[in-house]
Amino acid sequence: MTALPALLGKDLRILRRSPVLVALLIVYPVAIAVLIGLALSSSPARPRVAFLNEIPPSQATIQLGSQQIDTTRYERELFQAIQPVPVGSVAAAIADVRDGSTIAALIIPPQLPEQLASAAQTAYVQVIYNGNAINQALVQSAIESKLAQANALLATQLSHVADSYIDLLLSGGELHFLGATYDVLGLERARTALAAIEGSLPRASPLRQRIAAVENFAQIAVSHLGGSKKVIGAVAAPIAVRQRVVSGARTPLNDYAVAVAVAVSLMFVCILLASGMLALEREENTLGRLRRGLVSAGLLLSEKGILAAVLGVAVSFAMLCGIGLFVPLGWGRAGFWLLAMAGGGLAFAALGVAIGALVHEVRAASLLALLVSLPLVFLALVPSASVSAGLYDVIRVISAVFPFKAALEALDAAINQSQPSLGIALAHLAALIAGFGALSRIALRP
Amino acid sequence: MTSLEAHGLSKRFGERVAVHNVSFRLDRGEVLAIIGPNGAGKTTLLSMLAGGLEPSEGELKLPPAGAVGWVPQQTAVYSKLSVAENLRLFARLEGIADTDAAVERMLEQTGLSARAGDEVGRLSGGNRQRVNIAIGLISEPAVLLLDEPASSLDPRQRARLWEFINDRVRAGTSVAFATHDIAEAERYAGQLLVLADGEMLFAGPPAGLGAAEHESDLERAFVAFLAERGH
Repeated sequence: MTALPALLGKDLRILRRSPVLVALLIVYPVAIAVLIGLALSSSPARPRVAFLNEIPPSQATIQLGSQQIDTTRYERELFQAIQPVPVGSVAAAIADVRDGSTIAALIIPPQLPEQLASAAQTAYVQVIYNGNAINQALVQSAIESKLAQANALLATQLSHVADSYIDLLLSGGELHFLGATYDVLGLERARTALAAIEGSLPRASPLRQRIAAVENFAQIAVSHLGGSKKVIGAVAAPIAVRQRVVSGARTPLNDYAVAVAVAVSLMFVCILLASGMLALEREENTLGRLRRGLVSAGLLLSEKGILAAVLGVAVSFAMLCGIGLFVPLGWGRAGFWLLAMAGGGLAFAALGVAIGALVHEVRAASLLALLVSLPLVFLALVPSASVSAGLYDVIRVISAVFPFKAALEALDAAINQSQPSLGIALAHLAALIAGFGALSRIALRP
Repeated sequence: MTSLEAHGLSKRFGERVAVHNVSFRLDRGEVLAIIGPNGAGKTTLLSMLAGGLEPSEGELKLPPAGAVGWVPQQTAVYSKLSVAENLRLFARLEGIADTDAAVERMLEQTGLSARAGDEVGRLSGGNRQRVNIAIGLISEPAVLLLDEPASSLDPRQRARLWEFINDRVRAGTSVAFATHDIAEAERYAGQLLVLADGEMLFAGPPAGLGAAEHESDLERAFVAFLAERGH
């Protein structure tokens, strides 16, 4: 078995003398690690939005019944989602959006407090968009989300106002309106008063029957108005969300992004190296020389696979350590990370040698490797609900016969302890290694 | 003493017959030239003799493993490795015990000692071919197979190459080489093997081919010989 170390030594020497490739192997994971680390550890950027509030400061607080609503509170809520750029007029806001200095403008009209206070008509804010579809979607989503929150808060406030009016109607009390104070009797006190009047009347009095009918109406009104308060409360917040995960451990999006980044790096390094190093044997015409009894096909393919997988794992591990500087990782599971990377790396390398065995030039191998691997990443990340069931089944089959999805599951299980288990993902990868290994041997036959 | 012997050797790739029923014998210290038009099957025949292709039919008697040296038509060397590193790698793969001694010997014999540390990719075509041949000879094989060894060389490099090969022949190495150059075949080979469309049309000394066509110029005799047989 002197051939394996001799071949490994030769390939490492060749790699060492390819400074661009080595630089790429070092720079790529470092750059990706820093970018992902910064992206995950910093708060998301807020879109720049021109902001014009036309409500006079003296009218910023609205009186609704006994409740005071401070509109600046909703303004502050909104500013958590956008980066406001104050402007002085509607024309200036439109100009900012037109010249691209902001991607949208949000205009709060002066009549908004009046519309809210009336509680009888819908209040409007105006949003002006520009930019491409992605920018528009981003800012639209941010503004609509915050407006939905503001609407929910307002609805709660309005329900409190309605509650206080119903209480006044039921139990009576003082009503302050336009500077005057009115004493409201209330339905319950009205019913009691009517009962007293009815009791004081002679038994044969024709008024008794008519008063009894009014008293009965008061009783019904008291019962039903009491129930209406619950209905108003439900309208203010009709649906609340209670979350529950039915199977396995749920991976937070940030942690899943780490697993995706590591899987993508591992894939590129392993596939490109394995395919390139095997294609190089053909390009240099050395394959025929090696294959005439000096090195068996199995040994040659294994050597390329092992070399690519070891380098791929080293690069990916370095990258994960780099991400770990920005994002908290479970370092106690480092052994599982390496196991998942080894399985994924060998499977990617097996695919790489299959590609390398099919082509005769390093450039063609690299191009084919990219053409094969990039769509696999996209397919593996397609969410099940985003396409039809039939198409998703096709995507699942394609993802299952290539290593990216299985490697991602293995890495996700190793890093985030998600489902399916690491063992199942590694068994899947082992089957793919055997399959692509067999394909490579067939392709390498003279 | 026979170094190599082929009986009824054939090779098919699917329906296509590349070599059909070729028989010949190569003795120790003998030089055999395999000539023929393009697509005649010369490289396929040499590849079978070198062990790179399995014959479809026929029998091949070869010296033990490692005793056949192979020099392909295109230089088969690692251009990112130095001359010495290429030689050392193939010495190790050939299972040679003292690789350093073997490398030193080949560097000296090929006159590449001064270029031992140079990357092969930076050498001239002639020097690259010398490395190519040195790799084929590093195990000191009893039989050396060369596929158009001088095709990319200028006349001076070609002369130096044949000087080197003839030294090996005088030491007892048997040589079989494929070529398009009839003059080269006539000058260096003791035996000729003419192939066309995979068929062996002639086997014998170069003078025998000229005599068969009553032609003193071997190239003219070769062309006439092929034309008479519809090639």
